[in-house]
Amino acid sequence: MNIIVCIKQVPDTQEVRLDPMTHTLKREGVKAMINPFDLYALEEGLRVKDARGGQVTVLSMGPPQAEEALREALGYGADAAILLSDKKFAGADTWATALTLAKAIEKLGAVDLVFTGKQAIDGDTAQVGPMLAAILHIPYAAWARKLSFGANGALTVERLLDHGYDAVELKLPALITVVKEINEPRVPSFKAKLRAKKEPIPVWGLEDLGLAEAEVGLNGSFTQVVKVFPPPARGKSEVWTGEPAEMAGRLWQRLKVMSKGVAE
Amino acid sequence: MDYLLTEEQRMIQELARQIAQERIKPIRAQLDEEETFPWDILADLAQADLWGTIIPEAYGGLGLGCLENCLVLEALAQGCVGVATTYAASFLGAYPLLLFGSDEQKSRYLPPLARGEALGAFALTEPQAGSDAGAIATTAVKDGDHYILNGAKQWITNAGEAEFYTVIALTDPAKGARGAGAFVVEKSDPGISFGKKEKKMGIRASVTREVILEDCRIPKDRLISKEGMGFLVTMRTLDHARPGAGALAVGLAQSALDEAAAFAKERYQFGAPIFSFQAVQHLLADMATRIEAARALVYAVARYLDSKPRDFTKEGAMAKLFPTDTAMQVTVDAVQVMGGHGYMREYPVEKMMRDAKILQIYEGTNQIMRNIIGLALNKEYSRKK
Repeated sequence: MNIIVCIKQVPDTQEVRLDPMTHTLKREGVKAMINPFDLYALEEGLRVKDARGGQVTVLSMGPPQAEEALREALGYGADAAILLSDKKFAGADTWATALTLAKAIEKLGAVDLVFTGKQAIDGDTAQVGPMLAAILHIPYAAWARKLSFGANGALTVERLLDHGYDAVELKLPALITVVKEINEPRVPSFKAKLRAKKEPIPVWGLEDLGLAEAEVGLNGSFTQVVKVFPPPARGKSEVWTGEPAEMAGRLWQRLKVMSKGVAE
Repeated sequence: MDYLLTEEQRMIQELARQIAQERIKPIRAQLDEEETFPWDILADLAQADLWGTIIPEAYGGLGLGCLENCLVLEALAQGCVGVATTYAASFLGAYPLLLFGSDEQKSRYLPPLARGEALGAFALTEPQAGSDAGAIATTAVKDGDHYILNGAKQWITNAGEAEFYTVIALTDPAKGARGAGAFVVEKSDPGISFGKKEKKMGIRASVTREVILEDCRIPKDRLISKEGMGFLVTMRTLDHARPGAGALAVGLAQSALDEAAAFAKERYQFGAPIFSFQAVQHLLADMATRIEAARALVYAVARYLDSKPRDFTKEGAMAKLFPTDTAMQVTVDAVQVMGGHGYMREYPVEKMMRDAKILQIYEGTNQIMRNIIGLALNKEYSRKK
């Protein structure tokens, strides 16, 4: 099976700084890590490869330092890695990102499964995976918590819902976005890390992907982040304890006060 | 402090730290409470290729040296010494083969160990033979193409879980210490059985049992090296393993310091964090200094060992003695810094204090270490005139 896992390098810190021009995150020089959900995606890709054979290629779109994340992914057992990097990619929103990734996947040839994490912990949109599937014209299942292959090779995916889960069957090629419930990521292998040190990681830019400047980066984005700010600090908060019925009554009274100025 | 490690050494250290942080630390209290054997973590170590650290590449290992081994042990011990002991004791069983085994023996036992598929154990101690190892009574009688072993070994780490056991037994009791041989006994051999799991003060995730040999019949090719080599095999094995015991102590002490120092920043008394009081700072300063000295000693001896000197018995004993005494002192002080909280099982340092004690006892008591160093000094100063 030809398996592709898309990963994103995200800041490994609570303090984030924004680029004043593009209003996107300043990534250079900030301590970084593989987006946690993407580790679960990588693990699932490796498990499918272990069970059914094939190879796992890791892709990432990012600045040059994202190469570290790809090497780390190779250390977990991925077979190959490619970095999509170009100054023109900067400022990309989820659409431009998905388009760039899609072009890379098309360039790689026949693919059976694409894995992504549910969402990136810096953007929190959860859009790139489904958009990627749409651009590639392949079916997708989001928030996968379990994958299983039937006797005839049919893929069944259990998807996490707000309450419980459902199950869908997909024809391959397909894209899956995963949640943490899906597996327990393995630890890296020292031998794989040694190989990863020397592994060449090709860098594909605008021309390698056959994209136009207008299609990528800030230029290719339909949306732009105007401002990122923490929610305003709330006033004093209260903690009530007591029997549920009693507290429900008390809360009802309080809500009436807040909405209509009724005396408590 | 930067010890100028190579990139490969940093990589293996980081990998072991990742496992300690992600896999061991979250469950160490539970492992201690329930005395569960850490099979899942041993599997993670196999996935990470860390069962092969000191096994030569020809037998499926990484072919690395004593320093790399110490870096891994220190990192794992920062997670839990019980887990780290389980891992380290397996290599205690492997050293006799690594140092004295035939090609055939190495090919048979080392690859499964390097893959993490088989654990090892070292069986020397007996009820009447602890520090006085020469007083062992287990016998190995030649019978045609076999040896028949009889006796009982006491307090053997990994006993019952390990696949192969290096057993020191007397082939010629009349010769005393010179009449011993080192044998490989497999779990499936007839006549080997195990006693009850011992209840210990600490390292409760580690398993300790008696190994009972009753007419245990093994093929004669299980003898490592020659008859009469048993104690030399033992001494060289322990020489090689001692810096590792020191490394465990450094990791343990470091984790205790980390807990105590973090607590001292958050705990307020008399309107200030207790870290701001000189009495607490002096305790922490002494702890930190001794840990650094212990670490520097272990790394220096490990590097020396990797240069393949002819004799490193004295240095190996020093690398075990000082760090383990340090770990005991540091963990006691860590409990003290944390006061009442340190005493509660909800906090990790009381376990660390319980774990530290055995480090001063196993792999040769610290009193024996002082004997070894004293003897070596005596020889050295006899030569200098």
